[in-house]
Amino acid sequence: MQSQTFTVIHPQGFHARPSKLFVEKAGSFPCKVTLYKGTKKANGKSSLGLLTLGISAGSEITLETDGEQEEQALQELGEMLTKIYEE
Amino acid sequence: MNIHLQGTAASPGIAIAKVYRLQAAAQEPLRITVADPAAEILRLREAVKQAKADIELIRVQTLERLGERKAEIFEAHLFLLDDPELIEAAEERITEDKINAETAVHEVATGIAELLRSMDDELLRERAADVGDVSGRVISKLVGRQHSALSELSEEAILVAADLTPSDTAQLDLNYVRGFITEIGSRTSHSAIMARSLELPAVVGMGLQAKRIETGMTVILDAVLGSVIVEPTEQELTDYRERKRAYEENVARMRSFVDRPSLSADGHEVELAANIGSVEDLAKVLENGADGIGLFRTEFLYMGRSSLPTEEEQFTVYRHVLEKMNGKRVVIRTLDIGGDKELPYMDLPKESNPFLGQRAIRLCLNQDELFRVQLRALLRASAYGKLAIMFPMIAVVDELGAAKRIVEEERVKLEAASIAVSDEIEIGIMIEIPAAALNAGALAREADFFSIGTNDLIQYTMAADRMNESVAYLYQPHHPSILRLVDMVIQAAQRNGRWTGMCGEMAGDADAIPLLLGLGLHEFSMSASSILPARELISRLSREECASLARQALDLGSQAEVLSLVRQHQSRSEH
Repeated sequence: MQSQTFTVIHPQGFHARPSKLFVEKAGSFPCKVTLYKGTKKANGKSSLGLLTLGISAGSEITLETDGEQEEQALQELGEMLTKIYEE
Repeated sequence: MNIHLQGTAASPGIAIAKVYRLQAAAQEPLRITVADPAAEILRLREAVKQAKADIELIRVQTLERLGERKAEIFEAHLFLLDDPELIEAAEERITEDKINAETAVHEVATGIAELLRSMDDELLRERAADVGDVSGRVISKLVGRQHSALSELSEEAILVAADLTPSDTAQLDLNYVRGFITEIGSRTSHSAIMARSLELPAVVGMGLQAKRIETGMTVILDAVLGSVIVEPTEQELTDYRERKRAYEENVARMRSFVDRPSLSADGHEVELAANIGSVEDLAKVLENGADGIGLFRTEFLYMGRSSLPTEEEQFTVYRHVLEKMNGKRVVIRTLDIGGDKELPYMDLPKESNPFLGQRAIRLCLNQDELFRVQLRALLRASAYGKLAIMFPMIAVVDELGAAKRIVEEERVKLEAASIAVSDEIEIGIMIEIPAAALNAGALAREADFFSIGTNDLIQYTMAADRMNESVAYLYQPHHPSILRLVDMVIQAAQRNGRWTGMCGEMAGDADAIPLLLGLGLHEFSMSASSILPARELISRLSREECASLARQALDLGSQAEVLSLVRQHQSRSEH
């Protein structure tokens, strides 16, 4: 299992477009992807799960990957948490 | 029954028409126990398939009608139907509770929507509407009914509904629909966003009072002020027909200024730039045809979080803004913290006079590393556009010298590491302290440009705390003492071949613009929504006339006299 904490900078938080791209990417990995914000936890392969975390700019998110390709998933998904998207 | 109601203006415009009320959709489906959950799941999958086919059709229609960005809403809807937390969760519930698919979908969707609505984020609450829209469509398919009632419309109408789903809004027939009113929703609802791109007047968030509006009633929808007049009087109708005409004429006139250069009537060119406080403001800057960004406040990067932003994070944001502005100048102000803006995680000592204390550049020069991180991010970003760096709260030449030395040191380090840095970065200062205005000549030898921050300049010149209501009368941007300081700054800059901008509220003020143009201000930076009115105003002003107007104003004794002089001039030039 791999885990690392990232700070989201996308100004609108992590709604429609970024969360969609993230979930698609997460779905392409065989490992389990879980996100934590404070005491809340969500399935990283569900955009509804991501939404209910309430991620906004400046949120600190712990990303956990568990299973096959967990290292690559952590790296690629971590990058997606820390960039700005066209909206 | 003549009633006046108030809501939130979500998409500007004025409409007058009869009402068509959309009936509230689906109530709660009947809960039925099923004998064969596996067959029920198959029934659900079939309904999901049909719902997806419908949404795909709406997506394609929206793509043709409103473009890619709006069509993405329906891509997201399709995506929701693949979400494990929605349909898969409903399937699990069918198996576990042996209930019908309608109930399972309704319960799962209601649970998610309630969770989203309970969160302290307007945008998230809006996503609850998306969940309701897609799940409602699936339930409609399961029970075999039409998902939308909008197709019934056959004459000009203003729609009234509890809420409009994104799919309802995207399918509005613009031959008939003149605007809409909803009980719930906000400016950021999908339906509000679509209304703005359809240029359809909309007032949302009316609450239960909207229940009093029924099909067939005549209403005036004033989506500029967010008000609705139900069954207006003859006088109100006449009045609003005229307002509607004037409003539409004005919108068309302002819009015609989007792509024009910012020229005075006698052909003198100025720059009309925008102030932004976050990346989100960019869309409005581009929409309103700004000549650049005259003030990018970077404080938002540092606020609402628990630690300092990294160089990488800042670089990403600066680069994004520079790229978006596509070669137009972007003036980025270094951290202006202290005064009324605090950062809890920096644990700065309490000061008894924070506005006169260690704020802005004073703090940055004292906390060297904090400053260097931001400067490195700026220097790296400079390779992606036309960057100008601006230091806030400079009082004396030494401060500017020290700040410039640090910039140079960081530039040398980056270049040694083969990181590209533009060699055309302009380095300027805010003029907001009277001492800086009085000594502008010496500063102009060191700075590439000045930008006058009027809010603070007025506060410090008048010695009046701008947070203190009881001295608010001293906030007098048009006072001759302020104008004389502005004049000194511009003159000093011109003698040294520098340009002067202004990034306080005054720069967008219709009464100040003739004076500032007359004094020789080059760049006017204001909120994006003020740019087109300012460009229109300047196009009617003669620079030469304004110059003599400004000279007269400098010799007056009070703000009231200045204002009456400007307004006289304005009314003369209008006739």
